[in-house]
Amino acid sequence: MTRGLIPLLLLATLLLALLSLSTGPVALSPLQGLKALLLGGDGPLPVILRAIRLPRTLLAVMIGGSLGLSGAALQGYLRNPLAEPGVIGISGAAALGAVLAIQTGLAALFALALPLAALGGALIAVLVLLGMSGRRAGSLTLILSGIAISALTGAATSLVLNLSPNPFATSEIVFWMMGSLADRSMSHVWLAAPFMALGLILFLPVGRGLEALTLGEDAAASLGIALPALRLRIVLGTACMVGAGTAVAGSIGFVGLVVPHLLRPLVGARPGRLLWASMLGGAVMVLAADVAVRLILPDRDLKLGVLTALIGAPFFLHLVWATRRERA
Amino acid sequence: MSLLSCRNLAVTLRDRVIFEEVSLDLAPGELVGLIGPNGAGKTTLMRAILGLLPHGGSSSLAALSPGARALKAAWMPQARDIAWPVRVEDLVALGRLPHRARPAQDHAAIEAALDRMGLQRLRHRRATRLSGGEQARVLLARALAQEAPVLLADEPIAGLDPEHQIATMTALRMLADEGRGVILSLHDLGLAARHCTRLILLAEGQLLADGPPEEVLSPGLVARAFRITAYRADTPNGPVFQPLTTL
Amino acid sequence: MPVSAATARLSRRPVLSRVRLSLLALLLATPVLAADPAPRRVVSMNLCTDQLAMLLAAPGQLVSVSRLAADPRSSAMAQQARSYPQNHGQAEEIWQMRPDLVIAGSYTARATVTLLKRLGVPVLQVQPARSLSDVDKLLRQVGDALGRTAQADTLIADFDTRLAALRAEVRRRPRAAIYQANGYSSGDATLAGEILEAAGFDNVAGPGGGTFLPLEKLVMADPEVLITSVPYPGASRAEEILHHPVVRDIRARSHTTTVLDHDWICGTPHVLEAIAALAETRKALE
Repeated sequence: MTRGLIPLLLLATLLLALLSLSTGPVALSPLQGLKALLLGGDGPLPVILRAIRLPRTLLAVMIGGSLGLSGAALQGYLRNPLAEPGVIGISGAAALGAVLAIQTGLAALFALALPLAALGGALIAVLVLLGMSGRRAGSLTLILSGIAISALTGAATSLVLNLSPNPFATSEIVFWMMGSLADRSMSHVWLAAPFMALGLILFLPVGRGLEALTLGEDAAASLGIALPALRLRIVLGTACMVGAGTAVAGSIGFVGLVVPHLLRPLVGARPGRLLWASMLGGAVMVLAADVAVRLILPDRDLKLGVLTALIGAPFFLHLVWATRRERA
Repeated sequence: MSLLSCRNLAVTLRDRVIFEEVSLDLAPGELVGLIGPNGAGKTTLMRAILGLLPHGGSSSLAALSPGARALKAAWMPQARDIAWPVRVEDLVALGRLPHRARPAQDHAAIEAALDRMGLQRLRHRRATRLSGGEQARVLLARALAQEAPVLLADEPIAGLDPEHQIATMTALRMLADEGRGVILSLHDLGLAARHCTRLILLAEGQLLADGPPEEVLSPGLVARAFRITAYRADTPNGPVFQPLTTL
Repeated sequence: MPVSAATARLSRRPVLSRVRLSLLALLLATPVLAADPAPRRVVSMNLCTDQLAMLLAAPGQLVSVSRLAADPRSSAMAQQARSYPQNHGQAEEIWQMRPDLVIAGSYTARATVTLLKRLGVPVLQVQPARSLSDVDKLLRQVGDALGRTAQADTLIADFDTRLAALRAEVRRRPRAAIYQANGYSSGDATLAGEILEAAGFDNVAGPGGGTFLPLEKLVMADPEVLITSVPYPGASRAEEILHHPVVRDIRARSHTTTVLDHDWICGTPHVLEAIAALAETRKALE
């Protein structure tokens, strides 16, 4: 099971990406879509594929992957299966950063201000969370801190949008809280890509450290793991990945919770292996959810985060229950 | 030849002096029991020797880089942390993390550690589902798999049943006999007297005694450090030490 | 006047007898008069009724218009609206103006309207225009309520004549799409849709009312002219779609600077300006 998992997830990602490219208001067969995407040609089809569906599909893979990866990394570092960027307020803080960049006009001045501000928001939230929850994050502290951060950043985001002179701004609170991949363009892909790549590079070597942390901080340190460097990588990597994703698609919750939870038994619960399985699993989940929102309510912009929360929240409750039982 | 050497180790935590002027060496073949009353700083001393907390004085292990130290010394903390439901053999394999060895070499070390701690039967079980005593043996096996010349273990036999207490002490003694150096902290003075080659008594913020068990467990030192009386005898089956009354 | 005297006078009025003596009622200095055929103190609290009232009212008859009426982004009569005191659609402030007629939209500020009615203020609720023929009806409705039937007749006759003239000269009907924030578009059965139709365009959004037009459908329809809204100040993600490369390309091809502005919003004779501007765009395509 364990050995075949990664190829299986890769295959699922590929198939769902194809499905995502063939799903939309304009009916197309996968073959037609692929042809228009790769060969181009005249008429509207290449435009639809290359300018509308390709960025959407790429962002689903990138954002899903980054959420799965950072969720697994956070859980491994905090040794707590409830740690998830959306649930503990990191996405909310990133959204606040993005909204501030847009509403102050900074994002219009130079494009990178948007992901940078979101990254800054996420970074502050991660630091506050790690500061609050200490070395081994107890579930209660972690979740309570997360609730406080979510409430604060949610209120601040609403305030900033309410103060905007733009009448549409207020209705965007939903987008920032629930996230959507509708009508994104390649420019969003290029905006997020460098930061996600940086996050990926930061996360590349953390597997060993997370494995060792299974035994606690002291044992991990004695196994030659440099814990301050590991912590720095986790903090910056999470901020990069969650910040960049939230800046272009709003906050999409529970992906980093559901995916590691489902995959953990399949990798023998080893946090290092879980990282990469979770990255692919996240891509699979967001691709599937994004196809689903287009099929369920084709005429409306059903928010992606609504669907992931509907799936994820029951998982969360289940995990809380299981954790309570184990630690009681 | 010395496996580790400390000079004038001192630790102060939150303005409280835990201990001062601790100097000790460890030679191959030694199984050193670190004894002392609660709060004497046994755990702190072992962590200071490893360089896991800020300290005064010098320790040859603390001077190494984390990677080099991991090859030189294995550490089994008292907290029996197993964060995820990994399989026993995967947990033991974590001991191989510091090594950049060939898979065959890793495999051999893991098998040896499982054998030594009698864990072959449990190797496919989830470590989090085991009893406390079983978990302690698994964690010790992990430290053994590290195959470092020095092993420091913080109360490795606490919570074990008598059979496994004796088996563990015997296994540790075998390690020492094979040429490694072991320091373990323990509260069971009877087991300390029987199995350790040497005892270190930490009390009153200093190294009160360091020597063969029969010297360190003298009535005077035992009364001063632990405030107890005890029965001591040498029998055909080895030394016997039984605490009797409090003072 | 002592409070007890005011209360006594209030309690004689049958309309108010149902109203509990609220703090608001106690604070009243003067009771309102019953609405008579020609109201003398008219307050409008809706952008579209503001403009209708300004067109129709006799001098001095209209005492206040809504804040939006003075905003050139939404109002075709912003300049004129500045000479009236503004209201913010709140019951208390409107009550203080002592109106004998309040004109409101039928879907906006419902709580305020309910409260004003309970306090005995006559309120005329006006449906928003959904077609060009609604313009005549609205002029008639508001004109009658203001006792300005003759003025309404003049405006209606003028509107019908000018509209007929603009409709007369269409030869080819190019495809056009209305595309606003959030990808919102208007079908034929809307005021904006009828403006397009009158100016000689085929609406790619098809029959029906307001609808979200997916970006992909817009690309497939390949309109010759794309009419977008003017971005509001301060950024919003809703309007970001108007900068999507796909939308930019279509706009670049469509040779038009026409935008959805204040002339499109309300069913008043000002829609003729929108139709005329669009007709110019169409002629440029020929």
